[in-house]
Amino acid sequence: MENILQLLSNPIVSAVLMALAPLLFILPYALVTIYIEMKMAAHIQNRLAYMQTGWHGTLQPFADILKLLQKEDIIPTAASKFLFILAPYLVFVGTYSSFAVLPFSSAFIGSNIDLGIFFLIAVSSLVVVGLLMSGWASNNKWSLFGALRSAAQIVSYEIPSALAILGVVMVSGTMSTQEMTHFQDGGIGQWIIFGGNLPLWQKLSLIPFMIILFLIYLVSSMAEVNRTPFDIPEAESELVQGYNTEYSGMKFAIFYLAEYANLFLVSAVVVILFFGGWTSPFGTFLSGPVWGAFWFVTKGMLFVCLNIWLRWTLPRLRVDQLMYVSWKVLTPFALLCVLAIGLIVVM
Amino acid sequence: MTFEQSVFYVLAAVSIFSAVMMLLQRSPVNSALYLILNFFCLGGLYLTLNAQFIAVVHISVYAGAIMVLFVFVIMLLNLGDEKRLREHLGIRMYFGIAFSVALLAELLYILGFSSANAYVQQSPSAAEIGTVEYLGKVLFTKFLFPFEITSFLLLAAIIGAVILAKKKVVQ
Repeated sequence: MENILQLLSNPIVSAVLMALAPLLFILPYALVTIYIEMKMAAHIQNRLAYMQTGWHGTLQPFADILKLLQKEDIIPTAASKFLFILAPYLVFVGTYSSFAVLPFSSAFIGSNIDLGIFFLIAVSSLVVVGLLMSGWASNNKWSLFGALRSAAQIVSYEIPSALAILGVVMVSGTMSTQEMTHFQDGGIGQWIIFGGNLPLWQKLSLIPFMIILFLIYLVSSMAEVNRTPFDIPEAESELVQGYNTEYSGMKFAIFYLAEYANLFLVSAVVVILFFGGWTSPFGTFLSGPVWGAFWFVTKGMLFVCLNIWLRWTLPRLRVDQLMYVSWKVLTPFALLCVLAIGLIVVM
Repeated sequence: MTFEQSVFYVLAAVSIFSAVMMLLQRSPVNSALYLILNFFCLGGLYLTLNAQFIAVVHISVYAGAIMVLFVFVIMLLNLGDEKRLREHLGIRMYFGIAFSVALLAELLYILGFSSANAYVQQSPSAAEIGTVEYLGKVLFTKFLFPFEITSFLLLAAIIGAVILAKKKVVQ
C-alpha cells in the first residue's frame, strides 16, 4: 500500500495517470454518442434504426467495434506508407491533447495552465495537419480534395471562433479555463452568456453581444468538426468519403473516435465559455466536485445532441457559400462584438 | 544531468534532425511536414525557457501558416518539377557552398573558443516575464509604438493581397 502511494506521488507517474484519465471518459462517451446519433438520425427521418442487437439495438456500437477490429487493414501500394499510418494518430493526438485544459470539475483538470483556452486553439490546429497528411498520403484524388477543402474550411473558421473566444476572455479577464469557470460560479445568472458577475448595467448591455458571440462560436465550431452542414471535406456524393476514403479497420476507427472526441471538445468549450463550465445552475445547490463533473458532462452532452440534431436537419453548404459565411458574415460581426465588448468592459 | 537539461538535449537533437531532413527531402510536402516537426520542437524549447505564451503563439501561428504553405505546394507546384529545379542551380551552387562553409566556421568558432556557450542559469523572474499579463502590459506601454507600426505593416500587406487577388473590371 505504501509503495503504491509512493509511486503515485512521483511527479512523472502522476502526470502519466492524469494524461490517461480523459481517455477513460472518451471511450464510453464515444460508444454512447454513436448510439444516440444513429437513433436521433433515424427518428428525425421517421425510421427506427437498430432494433435487433440487444434491447432497441443498444449493443450495436459494440458490434460495430468488433466489425471494425476484424476488418482487413489495407494500405494502398501507391500510398506513402509512413505518413499514411501516422495521420490518424496525429488527428487523434491533436484532439486529445486539447482535453488537457478541460476542467471537468473544480477538482479535476489535466493541466491548469494560464494559457488554457489559447493552448486549446493552438493544439487543435494539429488536427488539420493530420487531415492534410492523410489526404496527401493516400495518393487518391478524392482524398486530396477532401483534405484541401478541410484545410481551407478550418483555417477560415478559426478566425471567427478565435474572435468569439477573445470576446469571452475580455469579459472574464483570464485565459485559464478553470478561472473562467470560477468567474461564472453562483447560478445561472452569473454565466457569461448573461454577462458574468459584472455590475448590473454592464451585464444587461453585454447580453446581446454575448448571444451573438455564442452563435458565432457555435457555427464555427460546427465547421471545425467537419460535420453537416459543413461536411464538404467528406461529402459522400462528391468525394466518396473525403480524406479517409482509403482507410479501413483500426485506422478508420481512430478517425471516427477522433471525430467524436472533437465533437465533445467543441461542445465543452461552448459550455466553458458561455454556460458556466462545471458550475451548478442553482448556485450552491447541487454543487461540489462530483456534481461539477455531472453538470459539465450533462451540459456538454446537451450541445453534442444539438450538433447531432442540426446535422440531420440541415442540408450541406456549397464551398463558396461556406467561405461567404465565414469571411463576410461571421468575421465582421465578431469584430464588431469584440469592439463593443471592449467599450463596455472598459467603461 | 537534470530533467530540464535532458529535455533540452532531446528537443535540440530532434529540431536539428528535422531541420536537416527538411533540406534533404526531395518532395516539398515531406519538407513541409519536417518543418512542422521543427516548429513543435522550437515551441518546446521556448517552454523550457518559461516563455509559455511565445511557445503557444509559435505553434498556433506556424502550424496554421505551414498548413497554408502545404496547400499552396500541392496546388501551385507541379510535384514532378524537382528535377528541373536542380538544373537551374549552376553558379548559385558555388556561392551556396562558400556561404555554408563560412557559417560552419563561425559555428565552430563559437562552440570551441567562446565562453558564452556555458549552460546559463535561468533568472528566477523568468517565469513571471513569460506570462500573458506581463507581455500584454509591456506591449501596450513600453513597446506601444513598434506594436502599432507592426499592425500597420500587416494591414498594408492585407490590402496588397486583396488588390492582387481582385478581378480586373472589364470596361
